[in-house]
Amino acid sequence: MAELTDRPFPPDDYPLIVVGSGPGGLQVSTALRGCGIEHAILSADAEPGGMFRRWPFFQRLLSWTKPYAPVVRGTRPYERYDWNSLIPNTDENRAVVAGLMDGTSYFPSRPEMQAGLEAFAQRTALKVRYDCRWTATRRLDDGRFALETSDGEYTAGTLVFAVGVAQPWRPASPGMELAAHYADTRAVEEYADKRIFIIGKQNSGFELASGMLPWAKRIIIASPSPAKLSVNTHSLVGIRARYVQPYEDHVLGGGVAILDAAIEGIERGDGDVPYRIITRRSSDSVEMTFEADEVIAATGFTAPLLDLPDLGVTTFGQSRLPGQTPFWESSTVPGIFFAGTIGQGSGGLKKHGIPSNSGAVQGARYNARVLARRIATTRFGIELDRPVLERSSVADRLIDELTDGPELWHQRAYLARITSLDPTEGIRDEGIQPLAWFVDAAGPDAIATTLETDGTGAVYPVIYLRRSGAITEHAIDPDPLLNYRTDSARAALDSILAPVLA
Amino acid sequence: MADEDQIADELAGFALFADLSTPQLQGVAHAFEESLFQDEERVLRQGMTGGGFFLIMDGEASVRVDGEERARLGRGEFFGEVSILLGEPPVADVVAVGPLRCLVLAGPAVHKFLLAHPSLMYRMLQASARRLRNANRWRS
Repeated sequence: MAELTDRPFPPDDYPLIVVGSGPGGLQVSTALRGCGIEHAILSADAEPGGMFRRWPFFQRLLSWTKPYAPVVRGTRPYERYDWNSLIPNTDENRAVVAGLMDGTSYFPSRPEMQAGLEAFAQRTALKVRYDCRWTATRRLDDGRFALETSDGEYTAGTLVFAVGVAQPWRPASPGMELAAHYADTRAVEEYADKRIFIIGKQNSGFELASGMLPWAKRIIIASPSPAKLSVNTHSLVGIRARYVQPYEDHVLGGGVAILDAAIEGIERGDGDVPYRIITRRSSDSVEMTFEADEVIAATGFTAPLLDLPDLGVTTFGQSRLPGQTPFWESSTVPGIFFAGTIGQGSGGLKKHGIPSNSGAVQGARYNARVLARRIATTRFGIELDRPVLERSSVADRLIDELTDGPELWHQRAYLARITSLDPTEGIRDEGIQPLAWFVDAAGPDAIATTLETDGTGAVYPVIYLRRSGAITEHAIDPDPLLNYRTDSARAALDSILAPVLA
Repeated sequence: MADEDQIADELAGFALFADLSTPQLQGVAHAFEESLFQDEERVLRQGMTGGGFFLIMDGEASVRVDGEERARLGRGEFFGEVSILLGEPPVADVVAVGPLRCLVLAGPAVHKFLLAHPSLMYRMLQASARRLRNANRWRS
């Protein structure tokens, strides 16, 4: 019983409850603590790590942590090169994942990532009530929320769900239930000398295909539209370079076929043909049937929102992401917020079609910090620091942010450094805020500083000025070495800022 | 909320996609991304770069120039193509009137998409011609 009673956050009323102990839950809890917001954090899991306790299936992440970088490890600028560590509230415990990697790859292994998350939670003394499963949600008469859990009922005025997007999803085509989902992939040796049919051309499908190349007799990867490659989209949209090998095997005729075809159905075969997959080619509607020993649906995941839609939380898209404001609050149920990878439902401007990195740790960790500040000011009335700046220091500070600011580098055209120019309050650093909020919000004259990319491969600064309520957009030429601490960038910035700083 | 098969079925009912086969419609559903907008949320922003091509699946949108409404668009109608084709920022805001569900194709993907679907391009041209005719009627 001592163990049970030692568990933190017993069922009770709390100002705020976070659900989830993956990177999203741990980061938002850290940030809430930094803002002085008392809260409970509950998790169905037995330990921290979220999806990294299981995946990626082939045990190596897609996100890098570079052991050697142009800046000092463990500093804020180093976060640009370390996509995986959570961000502490003080300079201690930065770059935790980097310190746990064995040096064989700059992509951490899954166990290294899990160890990093566990170490972060332990070193920062994050308390979580583990083995406490959220099972249902109610709205109380006073507008607060009740959470039913495996440990009993909790109540809170504000909820933050960081429950990931890891609930297996497959389309409704006839026979699709015969396919194993990515989540149910077995030990790779079991696919030796087999014909594998993979449905889906996202990274998960190509990850499996890459891992099975040394084992499978033949691999077919099919979905209605062509595979996108990140090296072509110049973004994280598309298959990452690490998983492109099946594509090369395909184009060189090496036992891999990549097809653009709709899956009409899957049928159970017999004897030597366990499965038949009926497809229809996208280009000419010709029906094609394939035989396979194994069929795997790498068709994605949904957000496990349980009964939140019954409360009025709208969802959209195949991943059933909740519709959200730029500050990750449900757009239909105020008081319910989202952190971690679910935050990608707050799409931002998606300029030039480039999405944010909110679906990955390197983006979501900054969203969580912005979210905590927002919750602090709007729901708890906490006054946060808004440093006053000397007029002469503004341009220097913005150049520093454009060069070193990890929020701007990881969340391009999504998060911005805001400098307000209210004549009654002086020039103030308003911190990092969502760009989509800035361009649509009313307010005093202000500067939003971002980095952006247009899909051509360049990364360049863009400055948005709000003057008398109107927004104007000003791009600065890209630097080939992505260094904006240059005379030309400074001259361009000075020219852009002159009308508001004069 | 809809999966790609449901979206493909919905697209089949829109004039723009009337000539596409079912696999092509599924390909379109796969290529586009679904987005939700709340009442008064801006979908396209006047003068701001980086927009996309939007197709309205549910709801209504207001086309506003300098805050003044110039048109209303509804289910099956589209917007954003003009600024992509011309390579210029939009000359109007497009704002959700009530909840708005759209399919979105990123600006840089539109050129290739249209070339891959010439019948759709033809129907888009027809729609643009109608808009131009109507604009000229108003002026005359």
